[in-house]
Amino acid sequence: MADRVEVGFKEGIRDALGEKTKKRITDNLALAVAKVATIEVYTIAGELSAAELQEAAVGPLSDPVIQEFSINRPLAKSFDWLIEVGFRPGVTDNVGKTAREAIALLLGENTGERKIAVYTSRQYLISGKISQTDAGKIAAGLLANDLIERHQVIAAGDFDLNCGLPAFVPQVMGKDEPQVTHINLAEVDAQGLLKISQEKLLALNLEEMQAIQAYYQNPAVIKARKKFGLDENTTDVELECLGQTWSEHCKHKIFNSKIEYTDGRSKLKIDSLFKKYIKGSTAKIRKTKGKKDFCLSVFVDNAGIIKFNDDHNLVFKVETHNSPSALDPYGGALTGIVGVNRDPFGTGIGAKLIFNTDVFCFASPFYKKKLPPRILHPRRIYEGVREGVEHGGNKSGIPTINGSLVFDERYLGKPLVYCGTAGIMPARLNGKPTHTKEIKPGDVIIMTGGRIGKDGIHGATFSSEELHEGSPVTAVQIGDPITQKKMTDFLLVARNRGFYRAITDNGAGGLSSSVGEMATYSGGCEIDLSLAPLKYAGLQPWEILVSEAQERMSLAVDPKKVDQFMALARKMGVEATAMGKFTKSGIFHARFGEKTVAYLNMDFLHDGVPQMKLTAKWKAPKNAEPTFAEPANLNKAFIRMLSRLNICSKEAVVRQYDHEVQGGSVIKPMVGVQNDGPSDAGIVRPLLDSMEGVVVAHGICPRYSDIDAYHMTACAIDEAIRNAVAVGADLDHLAGLDNFCWCDPVKSNKTPDGEYKLAQLVRSNMAIYDYTTAFGVPCISGKDSMKNDYAIGLTKISVPPTLLYSVIGKIKDVRKAVTMDAKRPQDLVYVIGETLEELGGSEWFAEHKAIGNKVPQVDVKKAIKKYRALHKAIQSGLIASCHDCSDGGLGIALIETAFAGGLGMNIDLKDVPYRGKKRNDYILFSETASRFVVTIHPKDQGRFEKIMDGSVLNEIGFVAGDGLFQITGLNGKSIMKEKISNLKEAWQKPLNF
Amino acid sequence: MARKVKAIVLTGNGTNCEMEMAHACKLACADQIDIVHISELLFGEKRLSDYNFLNLPGGFLDGDDLGSAKAGANRFLHARIAGSSEMLIEDLLKFVADGKLILGICNGFQLMVKLGLLPALTGNFTKQSTTLTFNDSGRFEDRWVYLKANDQSPCVFTRGIDTVYYPVRHGEGKFVPESAAILKEIEKKNLVALRYCEPTRAIAMDYPANPNGSTNAIAGICNETGRLFGLMPHPEAFLHRTNHPRWTRETLPEEGQGLAIFQNAISFIRGKDF
Repeated sequence: MADRVEVGFKEGIRDALGEKTKKRITDNLALAVAKVATIEVYTIAGELSAAELQEAAVGPLSDPVIQEFSINRPLAKSFDWLIEVGFRPGVTDNVGKTAREAIALLLGENTGERKIAVYTSRQYLISGKISQTDAGKIAAGLLANDLIERHQVIAAGDFDLNCGLPAFVPQVMGKDEPQVTHINLAEVDAQGLLKISQEKLLALNLEEMQAIQAYYQNPAVIKARKKFGLDENTTDVELECLGQTWSEHCKHKIFNSKIEYTDGRSKLKIDSLFKKYIKGSTAKIRKTKGKKDFCLSVFVDNAGIIKFNDDHNLVFKVETHNSPSALDPYGGALTGIVGVNRDPFGTGIGAKLIFNTDVFCFASPFYKKKLPPRILHPRRIYEGVREGVEHGGNKSGIPTINGSLVFDERYLGKPLVYCGTAGIMPARLNGKPTHTKEIKPGDVIIMTGGRIGKDGIHGATFSSEELHEGSPVTAVQIGDPITQKKMTDFLLVARNRGFYRAITDNGAGGLSSSVGEMATYSGGCEIDLSLAPLKYAGLQPWEILVSEAQERMSLAVDPKKVDQFMALARKMGVEATAMGKFTKSGIFHARFGEKTVAYLNMDFLHDGVPQMKLTAKWKAPKNAEPTFAEPANLNKAFIRMLSRLNICSKEAVVRQYDHEVQGGSVIKPMVGVQNDGPSDAGIVRPLLDSMEGVVVAHGICPRYSDIDAYHMTACAIDEAIRNAVAVGADLDHLAGLDNFCWCDPVKSNKTPDGEYKLAQLVRSNMAIYDYTTAFGVPCISGKDSMKNDYAIGLTKISVPPTLLYSVIGKIKDVRKAVTMDAKRPQDLVYVIGETLEELGGSEWFAEHKAIGNKVPQVDVKKAIKKYRALHKAIQSGLIASCHDCSDGGLGIALIETAFAGGLGMNIDLKDVPYRGKKRNDYILFSETASRFVVTIHPKDQGRFEKIMDGSVLNEIGFVAGDGLFQITGLNGKSIMKEKISNLKEAWQKPLNF
Repeated sequence: MARKVKAIVLTGNGTNCEMEMAHACKLACADQIDIVHISELLFGEKRLSDYNFLNLPGGFLDGDDLGSAKAGANRFLHARIAGSSEMLIEDLLKFVADGKLILGICNGFQLMVKLGLLPALTGNFTKQSTTLTFNDSGRFEDRWVYLKANDQSPCVFTRGIDTVYYPVRHGEGKFVPESAAILKEIEKKNLVALRYCEPTRAIAMDYPANPNGSTNAIAGICNETGRLFGLMPHPEAFLHRTNHPRWTRETLPEEGQGLAIFQNAISFIRGKDF
């Protein structure tokens, strides 16, 4: 028997959540309702007495000033429809967990033998004349996600006002009956192998399955296995372990494949894109930099590490969490951010986390067409992802200082959710460098943090596939930032006291990946899965090994320090469990109790995956050139451009992220006279007693992939660097992260154009090599997500090949930093960089439903010269404002500079250095790379021009105090005159919800 | 010799502004600053009685899962100090009775209010009479706000302050009193130390200058002795001019406006009235 405590607001107290829900019903579903009220429901199992229930309700569960409560009787009174939403069994219920802990503390010793559990749900009481169908639509389409939540819709007339709803306990009814299945692969034919791969969601291809098959026929292998009670049969534990370790997600098989590439003229054989272009470029840059090389750890750990100064290192990583966010936007994105937090945290000896960055790619939230099956409306994804990252970032106390929202209809099939985190670590700790990992045989394997459940099983393999009918529900996890915060608080203390030797996170692939990868440092491991702390009974050994339940880190602890480590964990209220030891046996050895359930050669596990062989064929697409005429009056054109989703203000999202916790905020996401102009990059001071700053920026331009992914990539790299330079970063102290989100580039029946998509990937990698080496900005880490497709029935949607390039860098003295807002009337406006007729893939062409062909191309030599000179001008204090030209080109950069400063501007287009067809709209909206708009005080003109000597730039107008934005066209006539307030309004309106 | 200022900055279970709050104490020249995890108090390794300035920083105690700081307040009320019969709340009430200073920022303010430390009109420090609840907007927001100090307030932390500009970063900052009588009492005793105001200094009743819909634009309150003070905005987030959102366009002193709160606290402890 369980009891229900319901908590609602007292009469006359505003129900902000209810009001917000009402607004969402109106905005998202176009249904009119009069009122929505909310009631929080706590279902408490554990036989509490009436007095105890009363105490819990009065105490932690309700606020006596504004709330009322009821016990085992409904609070709901006047409404037309009642919708109650609660979790399905086994889904992470953070509030329930906190309530259970609070009640346990309240009862203290009186708890006795009782097992208290609390499950939360929420009631929405809707008043309004809507039909049953509409009420159902609100429930399923807005309030509940049926994958993880259950809901009830009850009409007022059917509701028992005396009894309300019965208490329902969504408990996982599992029994502990651990079983290991043994499978003989020897006689299985090709079809059978593929069937096993499919049915077990291993996502392994035939060649890989055959490699596994062959392994189990090796007499030496069989002989060794027999000593531990195994034989020539594989166990399900082993198969799952291989599936995770060999997944595209973990092994990057496409990036490591052998590729034959042709562009029609020449042929090229590539043995691993990753080795040749990514690692290759970084190695070359490091060699060139020589003594000035600031890289410390690249590509070998969970995140990249560079020097910040002599005493501190920076750690940076960006991950994607696309597939889970498609199914459950809130949980998927929340897990994305708290998941990537653990990457820098588990890099080297572990880093303190200093900022987050987020980039989301969605279809339009105003999407009106019919949705294909299993796809959530983009608005719902937008709101869910936004909220998930809010809770993940804010509750972890990490400022979100940089990000973007990118829109394209093709993100309907899979949204892209990039989450990044940086950390800082002392360069040395307890006498040892911090950026390396060391594990000795005999070190104890300890898992700490959360418990293991069925959540997140097959996450790694699932993200290695397209979203399809059978995509597993268990792949969805919900993060718990507070459990993680408690764990990271504890681990930082343990780190500083030298209580552990090495640390890594449990992410994709769970223990099989974390322990499996750590074991490579010592040369083997022996782990007992029966020791794992579980959320509930009923998990099989293979599930324990591969579960991706969140908030867990794995550590290697010197046996002499285990007691100290455990004592500190207990004291700080964090669960920690010794699960075995690292060895030098060369074997990944997993037991369940005394029984061996997996016994795999480390070599085979990590290096046994066969290399894929693929072909790539490049043929440049020929897009139609648009034929629209130049508009006579550009006022309207500007309003339309400013309202485009890729250009308009993202302030409503930005404000909901804490961007200044930790106290070191220097350049915020929104700047200017009214704190609402769009910043180019973020800067924080991670050490509060120092003026040294960390700069973070990014570039992303997926539209250019429709012309050539090579230039898309070059532009993304340039944009990231340009943004960082714009606020004052030093080009010589910048490092990058490459995050590829591609559509499946392997030719198959499902993907007939795989060779073209692979050629796009090859070209993107070529650009990474060419441009990072030219700029001297090395990739230090990265990630690829290769299956961003949707395929159900006849509908296939593939994302445009998308590269996010993120940079992290340094500014020696943050007081030299520059923001993008115009500062004073009469300041001079300059454009730095020549504008070319490069409107292919531009926002202006997209506004006319065209793509075109003349994609912006980066002239890297000129760019470097400009960036160095501009940096010098910034360091000399000559730059009043600096803003990069990106989406929407020069025109948008000028307007943003003006209205962010609350000032007008007078611009003469004939002064803009330009080559191309003489059209005002082309000059204004071409997206040529490597350009800036800067404003300077007239007295600094001479010094500024001298420093910039050798780069193309020109004075094109001045900042005006009249609040008018005016442009004189090429013919000397006014082509634009508008109040900046109107322009700003157009820019702020679209996503202000 | 002046009295030593011994500051404790409490952290753990979701608190996340402890570093910058400790930094503020450092810049304001406290003699001793310890960031203490609550487990150290609960295990008797550190004692509140060894300090005279308790800092309760911002964050999300227990995720604010049961309402902001609710589970945190529950812990303070019911947790026992390991190996003894003492309750943590007894140490806290002794700290208050000794006339020592407590500063709660954001989640720390929410904790003080939900414990009953503020405003504690009847002198009962464990009876809640006001609350901080969901913003009228229904959303968490990070934005800078102007604040006007009440020069009639007994608050020792806001002495000499006229108007200041700090960021708010919360989803539950709307101040609501239990009754009109309580509000009247709070106002009568000048326990409102800070109010949200417009750039023109006029009291801000509307969003966004009043960012959460707080009754009477209340942003921070103290108790009758002025030694316990809580506020939703974050003074510890403005310790240097580069924290100001418009530092690149305004002429500002190097020192941020947030420091004054800490300097006031520390000079009060050093002074003869302590």
